[in-house]
Amino acid sequence: MDLQTLGQLLNTTLVFSTALIFASLGGIFSERSGVVNIGLEGLMMFGAFAAAVGGYYAQDAGMGEWAPWIGVLCAMVVGVLGSLIHAVAAITFKSDQTISGTVINFLAAGSTLYMVKLLFDGSAETPLLDGFHKVAIPGLSKIPVIGEGIFNSYPTTYLAIVLVIVIYFVLFKTPFGLRLRAVGEHPSAADTLGVKVKRMRYIGVMLSGLLAGIGGATITLTTTGTFGHNTISGQGFIAIAAMIFGKWNPLGAFGAAVFFGFSQAIRNYVQLFEWSKGIPQEFIFMIPYVLTIIVLVGAVGRSAAPKALGQPYDPGKR
Amino acid sequence: MNKFKKIFTTDSYIVPLVAIVLGFLVGAIVMLMGGYDPITAYSALFTRVFGNLYNFGEAVREMTPLMLTGLAVAFAFRSGMFNIGADGQVMIGMTAATVVGIKFAALPGFILVPLAVIIAGLCGGLWAGIAGYLKAKRGINEVITTIMLNWVALYLSNYIVRAFLLLPGQNRSEDIPASLSMTFLNSLFDNARLHWGTAIALAAAVFFYVYLWKTKQGYEMRAVGYNPHAAEYAGMNVGRNVVKAMFISGVFAGLAGAGEVLGVFHYQSVFAASPGYGFDGIAVALLGLTHPLGVVLAAILYGTLTYGSAGMSFAADVPPELIRIVIGSIIFFIAAQGIVRWVLKPFYFKRKKEKVL
Repeated sequence: MDLQTLGQLLNTTLVFSTALIFASLGGIFSERSGVVNIGLEGLMMFGAFAAAVGGYYAQDAGMGEWAPWIGVLCAMVVGVLGSLIHAVAAITFKSDQTISGTVINFLAAGSTLYMVKLLFDGSAETPLLDGFHKVAIPGLSKIPVIGEGIFNSYPTTYLAIVLVIVIYFVLFKTPFGLRLRAVGEHPSAADTLGVKVKRMRYIGVMLSGLLAGIGGATITLTTTGTFGHNTISGQGFIAIAAMIFGKWNPLGAFGAAVFFGFSQAIRNYVQLFEWSKGIPQEFIFMIPYVLTIIVLVGAVGRSAAPKALGQPYDPGKR
Repeated sequence: MNKFKKIFTTDSYIVPLVAIVLGFLVGAIVMLMGGYDPITAYSALFTRVFGNLYNFGEAVREMTPLMLTGLAVAFAFRSGMFNIGADGQVMIGMTAATVVGIKFAALPGFILVPLAVIIAGLCGGLWAGIAGYLKAKRGINEVITTIMLNWVALYLSNYIVRAFLLLPGQNRSEDIPASLSMTFLNSLFDNARLHWGTAIALAAAVFFYVYLWKTKQGYEMRAVGYNPHAAEYAGMNVGRNVVKAMFISGVFAGLAGAGEVLGVFHYQSVFAASPGYGFDGIAVALLGLTHPLGVVLAAILYGTLTYGSAGMSFAADVPPELIRIVIGSIIFFIAAQGIVRWVLKPFYFKRKKEKVL
């Protein structure tokens, strides 16, 4: 395998990782505030749908280069609206958070396809979009391997990488992040100190909707170009896995997301390796998932979830 | 009479019933907003399921794996675990049943069929047991392991079918000689694909109930699910209960897989993507409030709605996806009981007044 292919492999890896990075960052906000978010899959679906529809109409209206960004904006709005269902049920009505997360997955799968059929005359898919184009960063993109791999990517990929650092900083170095984490670890103590537990949790869940929405949008705007029933097939669940794998830390989740992205990218390159030609392709597809389990068993061990994760906050009970 | 009335006015019945009504209302509103006629659509849904024997039989067939995967998810839930992996366990059960059914075809049917079913159940159980074991021994979150195991199961099943069982030139296995079909009923129901898996599912629900509420082991399991620390303090072996609960949960899912290949398709396809049985199972378990009777009823409701949704799109042109909105709303209202109670408040108030008088 030559250097150029290596660069391409790195590039494809990042393309597939981008959506997972956004969604798992979203999951971190929600779960760090103490609200389980099984609904990432549904939130990504909302985002992918909104980006496909918004992007289509913007493109139709002649917005050209700006159309995909309108799509991302729509995805953010719809993602936040979708996450409110979860927030209202889980935070205000204190229902089981796993259940209300599952509700999102169901409502998203149903309503997005229903809307697609309604908007596009019974068609099961949105019309093909001309989404984002890769942007080469002048200078840096000339570096061998890394230039091709990292500095010649979609704008969403750059955004994802920047957000990882920003969110790490926000979570661990700002008062807001401290409050958010406190609410997820020990809500009654945080309440005593004057942190508004419910408000922080609402913010956490809504940010998860916003980010998972962008995650879904990246899939329609970079890889598929349309939204249909299998656009988000299990990506949200992989994002949850990446979040847990990365121990609810943005940097860890980033690493895990790149790892899963690599596993998706490698499929396109499987035949390029000499040694892998004899191995049935199924076993190569399996590698990342088996490896995840092995890594968890060997190195990572007990995953440290936020202590109050999954518990509704009831001020009367402290 | 009063006792009878009391049973049907307790919360555990009223909340789900009101939730179902509200769910249908949401569906109707969504249809109205889309410019469809909800009354035509809903009546088409029910006439599709109950209109003729063939469709009724097929609807029952559709309910069967839902019952089993619903029981699987519910059982794990009762023991404090979230089994997202029923999907993979179903696929492993399917593959095991297919392998046994094809490779031991020489055995007489009355041995072959039970053997295939039992092996399918065991393999499903062992597959889920991996996640249970890792949780018990290493404290690894079962959500992540079951998600990973779903993918591994998908590729492993595809590999086994492709490498050992493939029908030349096609993307599926040879035909399986073993069969769970209820041949005597099939002609009665116009060749609807009814099979013994339905009986297995109902038996599994009974087992679920008896095991959890009538045996000592079941008591331990519920205790662990309710509060693992208290259970451990009381001298219970939390780890062993976790593994056992996941194993039984996986057996249910594996049996669902056996029913699908031995009773419905009579062969196994190479899957392009996960078939989604496990995710329906999560919904059914939640609709059924993780109680075996509830799960059976929820599977009946879920099966009726999904099977009938095709009729709805045929007669009233409503996209069948609408039914997922209905199901999602029902689960939402069951979960957010506060909303249902708020809707019911005037009625509760009246009843309390009567009591005072």
